[in-house]
Amino acid sequence: MTDQADTPTDNASTYDALRAAGRSAPARKRTVSDADLATPRELPEADVLYSETLQPGGQTAFVVRKGQVLRLADPKGGGSLAMVAVNADLPEERLNTADTAKVQWNAFLGKSMLILSDMGRALFSIVEDTSGHHDLILGGSSAKPTQAKFGGEPFLHNSRDNFELALAKFGLTRKSIVPSIAFFTGVDVAEDGSLSFAGGTGEPAFIDLRAEMDVLVALSNCPHPLDPGAEFAPPEAQATIWQPESELPLANATVEASRAFANTNALLAQLGK
Amino acid sequence: MTDTQTRDPATANYDLTHPKRMPWSRLVKKGEVLRVVDLEGCQAVDTLVYDAYDHEDRYDYQQTLLAQKNIFITTGTVLYSTGGEPLMTVIDDTVGNHDTLGGACSAESNQVRFGLDKKHMHNCRDNFLHAAAENGMGKADITCNINLFMNVPVEPNGHLAIVDGVSCPGSYIDLRAERDVLVLISNCPQVNNPCNGYNPTPIRLIVWDE
Repeated sequence: MTDQADTPTDNASTYDALRAAGRSAPARKRTVSDADLATPRELPEADVLYSETLQPGGQTAFVVRKGQVLRLADPKGGGSLAMVAVNADLPEERLNTADTAKVQWNAFLGKSMLILSDMGRALFSIVEDTSGHHDLILGGSSAKPTQAKFGGEPFLHNSRDNFELALAKFGLTRKSIVPSIAFFTGVDVAEDGSLSFAGGTGEPAFIDLRAEMDVLVALSNCPHPLDPGAEFAPPEAQATIWQPESELPLANATVEASRAFANTNALLAQLGK
Repeated sequence: MTDTQTRDPATANYDLTHPKRMPWSRLVKKGEVLRVVDLEGCQAVDTLVYDAYDHEDRYDYQQTLLAQKNIFITTGTVLYSTGGEPLMTVIDDTVGNHDTLGGACSAESNQVRFGLDKKHMHNCRDNFLHAAAENGMGKADITCNINLFMNVPVEPNGHLAIVDGVSCPGSYIDLRAERDVLVLISNCPQVNNPCNGYNPTPIRLIVWDE
């Protein structure tokens, strides 16, 4: 081990420079540009490979191949769609929400950011986003808080149990279910650390996630755990896989992202992909 | 808490000065109190908690933060499991803002954050893998963890960074087990960010009976 090869002073100045660069990135929260909002919602039919409507409380899982784009949509506004993801070839490599935030110096997700695995690689890059309201601090819902909130009604769906069902069909157990991302619903963090529900835009919204390796995703259409609504009434959600006609540019504008892509490309070479 | 001042290390059933950079694990029985002491100040202690008999029921930062609607771990925080069960409760804390959003450092995240040549460096994920293996567990059991004594504020625009710690020599946190739990610890070896003041140091781990 040569952990101490650089002096603490060297390491501190390196870190401070990286942090300053991270801080200079545009604020992610609710910074959807007019141009992004004007992005056509409708995909040409020929580009669509697969599309699925998630009913209220519904779940699904499928593989998105490298280069394909997963469009998650909240077609009516007011919805929340939770996701976990694993490397489809090596499923012990999983979404890591903490690394996703820490590496990119931001707890809020937005266009041009990456969704990272626990192996320093990009699962997805966010190539379009008309919402700007996404949460990896509280993520999707789980069984006990859902029961506590909506009363004793049996079989109310929650995202954690939904992920368990969806991934079981791919041979994965609850051990594979990691902290999740909730799209289309944000949370605010006050200076004292307190959390409050920021909700969504109130308008229809979508986010396009380009797969950077073959990714197995599980999706769950349940209310965000902080959603104040007293009824369990999520609107329908839509998941669509589409193939862009031309290669989209890599989201590697930062040093961290370029290194994540270097790691990703090394894996793809090892897998012969 | 009422018994803080009277909780005397001389009456503990376990008292260890744990070296810098090293992993640790122990079964902490229901009712026992685990104290983690930051002996020299500004030393992150990465921590994971599991139901002792069902390792798939493990610490869940998202349910933990949902229950208290706050990102910081301090006195009163209940650490919830993926199954929604209380694993441990923070009954005393001299710091006030332990982190659970920053996750553990790993060979791979060090590469991405600090350079591809940092892969060899000692890191918490590898420490967790060692501690997990000793308990018959593996990588799939490792989830997003708690970082005791680590300072990770989140700004209104979402900006998040590990910044200088506020824990001092002798700062401590007391966690009471609400069921029999397995605790994994990595005394963080990171030297590329300020979580250890760029200088990893030993910690002290004390366990009292109920």
